[in-house]
Amino acid sequence: MAEVWEWLSKMENTKPLALVIFFTTFVAIVLYVYSGKKRKRRLESYKHIPFMDEDADEREPRSQRNNDDD
Amino acid sequence: MSTASASAAANPAADAVYNYGIIKRFTVMSLFWAILGMSAGLMAASQLAWPWLNMGIPEITFGRIRPVHTSLVIFGFGGNALLGTSYYIVQRTCRAPLWGGKLAEFTFWGWNVAVAVGVVLYMLGYTQAREYAEFVWPVDLLIAAVWLAYLAVFAMTIRHRSQPHIYVANWFYMAFILAVLILHVFNNLQMPVSLTGLESYSLFAGAQDAMTQWWYGHNVVGFILTAGFLGMMYYFVPKQAGRPVYSYRLSIVHFWALSFLYMWVGAHHLHWTALPDWTSTLAATFSILLLLPSWGGMINGIMTLSGAWDKLRTDPIMMFLITALAFYGMSTFEGPLMSLKSVNALSHYTDWTVGHVHSGALGWVAMITFGSFYHLIPKLWDTTIHSVRLIYVHFWLATIGIVLYIASMWVAGIGQGLMLRAFDEYGNLAYTFIETVSFMHLPYVVRAVGGMFFLSGVLLMIYNVYMTITAAKRQPRTAESGMEAKPAST
Repeated sequence: MAEVWEWLSKMENTKPLALVIFFTTFVAIVLYVYSGKKRKRRLESYKHIPFMDEDADEREPRSQRNNDDD
Repeated sequence: MSTASASAAANPAADAVYNYGIIKRFTVMSLFWAILGMSAGLMAASQLAWPWLNMGIPEITFGRIRPVHTSLVIFGFGGNALLGTSYYIVQRTCRAPLWGGKLAEFTFWGWNVAVAVGVVLYMLGYTQAREYAEFVWPVDLLIAAVWLAYLAVFAMTIRHRSQPHIYVANWFYMAFILAVLILHVFNNLQMPVSLTGLESYSLFAGAQDAMTQWWYGHNVVGFILTAGFLGMMYYFVPKQAGRPVYSYRLSIVHFWALSFLYMWVGAHHLHWTALPDWTSTLAATFSILLLLPSWGGMINGIMTLSGAWDKLRTDPIMMFLITALAFYGMSTFEGPLMSLKSVNALSHYTDWTVGHVHSGALGWVAMITFGSFYHLIPKLWDTTIHSVRLIYVHFWLATIGIVLYIASMWVAGIGQGLMLRAFDEYGNLAYTFIETVSFMHLPYVVRAVGGMFFLSGVLLMIYNVYMTITAAKRQPRTAESGMEAKPAST
């Protein structure tokens, strides 16, 4: 175990290791995001979240509601 | 989650209420600091053009007013805008009330007290002399406490969400919160001279200290001025356009690519210094890679308007938001270009850098904030904006101001760089230093005029917002809309 820590303590080892870990993770994320039709539909459905909380107040501000009442 | 299940989640608990009061306060304070911070910036720009404006008063000389300007616009204007909009977006997209109560109140008061005390101390001559982190150590401690509270409030609001999926804007805000916590703590590791004094020494020294400072400095750009405001963009651009973001999957890749890449690029501020060459090269390489997610995000934002381009003629708020994205694209192209060692040899230590920073700060950060505020403020006060025409005027004042600023700094910076490296036929320097200073006088005057345009626009905005709020307060209030905390729809 001590040998592993010693190996990790050297920058020339940890730099390429970090690069491999980060790059592999990133490629995995991209593949995950852009593969599968069902996943595509599911992920793209989330884009509507900002519009799900609209209520009557938001579509019609109070000032306009009052004008309508007049 | 399918569309159907997402729709099912759209109904929150009937007793859910949104805390709008704290968002209103953050919004007002953001505009308050904007006026002070941008006035300080205009003062600093004018002092460079007309040095007599230093007036021999130590508290307002360029060396002290400059960090007052940067801290007020980044942390006062930008910080309040980010905290306020994040509290708004996290509540609305998670369909949950803001968690924390008094803790959330503490983030407002703590943050603004820290900013106010910090800049007053700058003017009195107390500074850590670390760029964008000049606050003295007691203020740093207060900021750390505020930031932990902010993290708790934001994370716990997400935890109590009634919408199963966490919308992507919240990812960007969370990255901003986590990154700033790490950056702030490690960049401000200081040993106070005494517990009753304001002076302290950095725990780092030499090249390591420089690298720590620019690791922090560039990630302030990356995670405060970029990631945080991208959170704002991913909510307010779709809302104002009335259509969802162009590609949700692209926004996911945008987020992860930005998060992976930004942390590595700080050392490009230290090319041709005592830093190891590989560090410098690594930073330049990652800076070039950053172009991909930056432009991916810009395209995603602009293409949200696909099929509704006419809004760019008819909607001044949309003009602010899309122009901000255009400046985001421009400054994220210019940044990687300047990070190349050969280009940096010319641009570094010149005003080109200052121009680049402001194309991002004014063009992207300020414009996206103005657009978002014009959308947000009428909703917070449940009214309509006082004058749409004034928004148009503001837009053009801001745009003209930015163009004057950037163009003059290109002329000043590139000209200065070329003059400093020019040799005559005998191998001597072709220009004296004072000749470069004389050359820059006219661009400095133009830059100050650009700043006046920009500040005039903000003053108009303040007037417009003031009239909007006072008119809203005069409106007859129903039992529901009169409440500070607004019930979510059921």
